Amino acid sequence: MTTPALVALCAIGLVGLASALIGSYGVRMARSTSDFLVASRTVGPMANAGAISGEYLSAASFLGIAGLILREGADALWYPVAFVAGYLALLLFVAAPLRRSGAHTVPDFAELRLASPALRRTCTVFVLVIGWLYLLPQLQGAGLALTTLTGLPAWSGIAGAGVVVLLTVVGGGMRSITFVQAFQYWLKLTAVLVPALVVGSLFLNDTRTLDRPTSPQFVQATSVDVRTDVVLDVTEPVQVWVDGVVNGRVERGDLTWFSGRYEVGEGTTLRFAAGSAVPTVDGSPTTDRQWLEPMTGGAADQLLSIYSVLIAGFLGTMGLPHVLVRFYTNPDGIAARRTTVVVLGMIGVFYVLVTLLGALTRLYTPQLLVSGDTDAAVLLVPTAVLGHDWLGWLLGGLVAAGAAAAFLSTSSGLVVSLAGVLFTDVLRGRWTDFRLAAVLSIIVPFALALSVTRLDFALTVPLVFAVAAATFCPLLVLGIWWRGLTAAGAITGVLVGGGLSAVAVVLSLFSVVQQGWIGLLLYRPAVVTVPVAFLTMVVVSRFTRASIPRDVDRALMILHAPEQLGLSRDRFDRPGRS
Amino acid sequence: MVLAERKGVARPVRTVITIQESSGVGELLRRNLIGSQLAIALRFAIGAGLTLGLLPLLFAIVPEIGRVEVLGIRLPWLLLGVLVYPFLFGLGLWHTRTAEHLEQNFAETVQD
Repeated sequence: MTTPALVALCAIGLVGLASALIGSYGVRMARSTSDFLVASRTVGPMANAGAISGEYLSAASFLGIAGLILREGADALWYPVAFVAGYLALLLFVAAPLRRSGAHTVPDFAELRLASPALRRTCTVFVLVIGWLYLLPQLQGAGLALTTLTGLPAWSGIAGAGVVVLLTVVGGGMRSITFVQAFQYWLKLTAVLVPALVVGSLFLNDTRTLDRPTSPQFVQATSVDVRTDVVLDVTEPVQVWVDGVVNGRVERGDLTWFSGRYEVGEGTTLRFAAGSAVPTVDGSPTTDRQWLEPMTGGAADQLLSIYSVLIAGFLGTMGLPHVLVRFYTNPDGIAARRTTVVVLGMIGVFYVLVTLLGALTRLYTPQLLVSGDTDAAVLLVPTAVLGHDWLGWLLGGLVAAGAAAAFLSTSSGLVVSLAGVLFTDVLRGRWTDFRLAAVLSIIVPFALALSVTRLDFALTVPLVFAVAAATFCPLLVLGIWWRGLTAAGAITGVLVGGGLSAVAVVLSLFSVVQQGWIGLLLYRPAVVTVPVAFLTMVVVSRFTRASIPRDVDRALMILHAPEQLGLSRDRFDRPGRS
Repeated sequence: MVLAERKGVARPVRTVITIQESSGVGELLRRNLIGSQLAIALRFAIGAGLTLGLLPLLFAIVPEIGRVEVLGIRLPWLLLGVLVYPFLFGLGLWHTRTAEHLEQNFAETVQD
C-alpha cells in the first residue's frame, strides 16, 4: 500500500483509539440510556454543545458540501445554509417544549401528547425509515473515503465502516458519551481549519484566479478512473487519452474532444495533460466564471431546486432522530435553548471553513469533476496543494481523521437511537439483548449501501431531510403549538407526508429519473410534500375534533410553562432533586 | 428559614392548579403565554425565512449582483458563505433572550 494510504489508515485508526480512550477515562461507559443521559447532565452547556455539534456534523457535512461546491459553485451554498437554518427552526419551535415534555424520541413525544398507540407505532416506523436513509449515505461516504485514500474496492470501504460502527456501539457500550463527541467536534473543526488556512494562504499567493471565462484546468498530468457512467460536457477542445467506452464505442488511444457531450462508460480511464481544460459533468456550470455566479442553469428549475432544499433543511432538521435525542441531555428547557444557540454558533464556524475549502478545491482538485467523485475533494486537497511528500500526507491524514470522526460520531449516534427504538417498540423486550437491536439497525442500511449505486451526498441527504420535514416537522410543530391536533389527524398527516416522500426517495434511488419538473420534484420533493402534510394534519384534525384529548390543556402547559413553575417532566427524576 | 421554604413550595402548587384549569383566569394566562411564545417564534422564523428566501429571487432577477466584489470576494459568496452564519446565530441569540424574558414575566405574574 502506498505511503499516503498508510498514513490515512493510521490517522483513522488513531481517531478510533482516541475516542475509545477518552470515553473510558474518568467517565464509565453508560450501560443504559438513563446513565448516558445523567452523565451528560453533569457536563456544562459548552461541552454539551460541543457534543451535539459533534454528532450533527456528519460525513455529509464534512465531505459532501465541499464536493457539491466544487461541482455547482455558488448555487451549492444553499445546502449548508439550509442545515443551519434548520437548527434555528429547531431552536424557535421545538427546543424548550420538547425538553419539558420529558420525551426523548418522537414516538415518545407523540404518545405523551396524544396518547395514541397507533400514532406511536407510525412514528416508530418513520424513525427507522429516516434513520436508515440517513445512515445510507454515511456508509457510502465512508466507503468512498476509504476507497479514495487506499485504493481498495468500494464494498470493502462500506464493509469496514459498518463493522467499525457496530463494534463501537456493541462492544464499547451504549453510546459515545459527551466527551467523546465533543472531542470529535474539535477534531473535525481542526481538520477543516488547518487545511483551510494552509490552502487559503497558498491561494492568496497563487496568481491564478477563479474568475475565468474558461473551464477549470488540470494542474498536472492527471489520470482519471471513471467509476460510474457519466455524461461530460466539453466546452474547449481537449486532448485526451482514452481506454474504455465513449459515446457507445470502445476507444483506446489519443483523441481530441471538441465541444459537445460525451458519454463515458464505467471502468474507462482517461488521461489529460497538464493545463488542458477539464470537462465538467453535464448540467453543472462549465466555465469558472459561471461557477462563480449564482443561478447558472434554467432559472425556474434552479429556483425550485433551491427552495426545496431550503424547505427540506429548514423544516427537516428537527425531525432527525439523533438530533432530538441529544435534547434530553439538557437539564431543563432554558438550558436546552441556550445550548442550541451555542450549537448554532459552533456549526456555523464549521460550515464557513468547509465552504472556503470547497471553493478552493475547484482550483486544486478539478479532476474530480470528471470522475464524479466530487465528495472526495476535501480528502485530496492536501496532497494536491502541498505535493506528494510528508507534509501533504500528514495534512491529508488529519483530514482523513476528521472525516472518520464525522462518520463515526453521526453513525454511532444514529445506530444507538435506532437500536433504542427497535428495542423498546419493535422487539418489546422479547430479545433482551440490546446488541441484537444494534445489529438489526445497521443491517438494513448496510445492505442498501452495498446494493444501491452511490449517489452524491447532495442528492441523498436532502432527501432524508425532506422525509423528516414532511413527517415529524408537522407533528412536532402542530403538537407543540396547536391545541386542536388529534391522533387521527397526526397519523394521517404523517402517513401522507411520509408516503409521498418515500415514493420520491425510492424512485430517485432506484430508477432513472426523467428530466423536467417531474424529475426535479422527485429529487426535491419538499416543496410539495411538506405543505401537503401540514394541510392534511390540520384538515383531518378539524374533522375529528371530538377526539381531542381531554387533558390537552394540561399537556400544553407542561410543554410551555417556565421552569420556575415546576411543571416540566423528567423521566429520570431522582427523589429530592428540585 | 423554615417558613420561607414552605412558602416557596406551597405557592407553585396553587398557581399550577390555577393555570391548569380549563377555564377562567388560568385559561387566559395559558393562551396568552403560548400565544405570545408562538408569535415571537413565528416572527423570527418569518424574518429568517424571508431574508433567506428572497435571496434566490434576487440573484435570479438581478444577475449583476453575482459580479459585485466586496473585499475581493464575490457578493453571493460573502453573503451565503460567510455572513449568513453570524446572522442566523444572532437571530437565535435574540430569540432566546426574548423567550426567556417572556417566560420570566409570565412566571412572575402567575406567582404573585
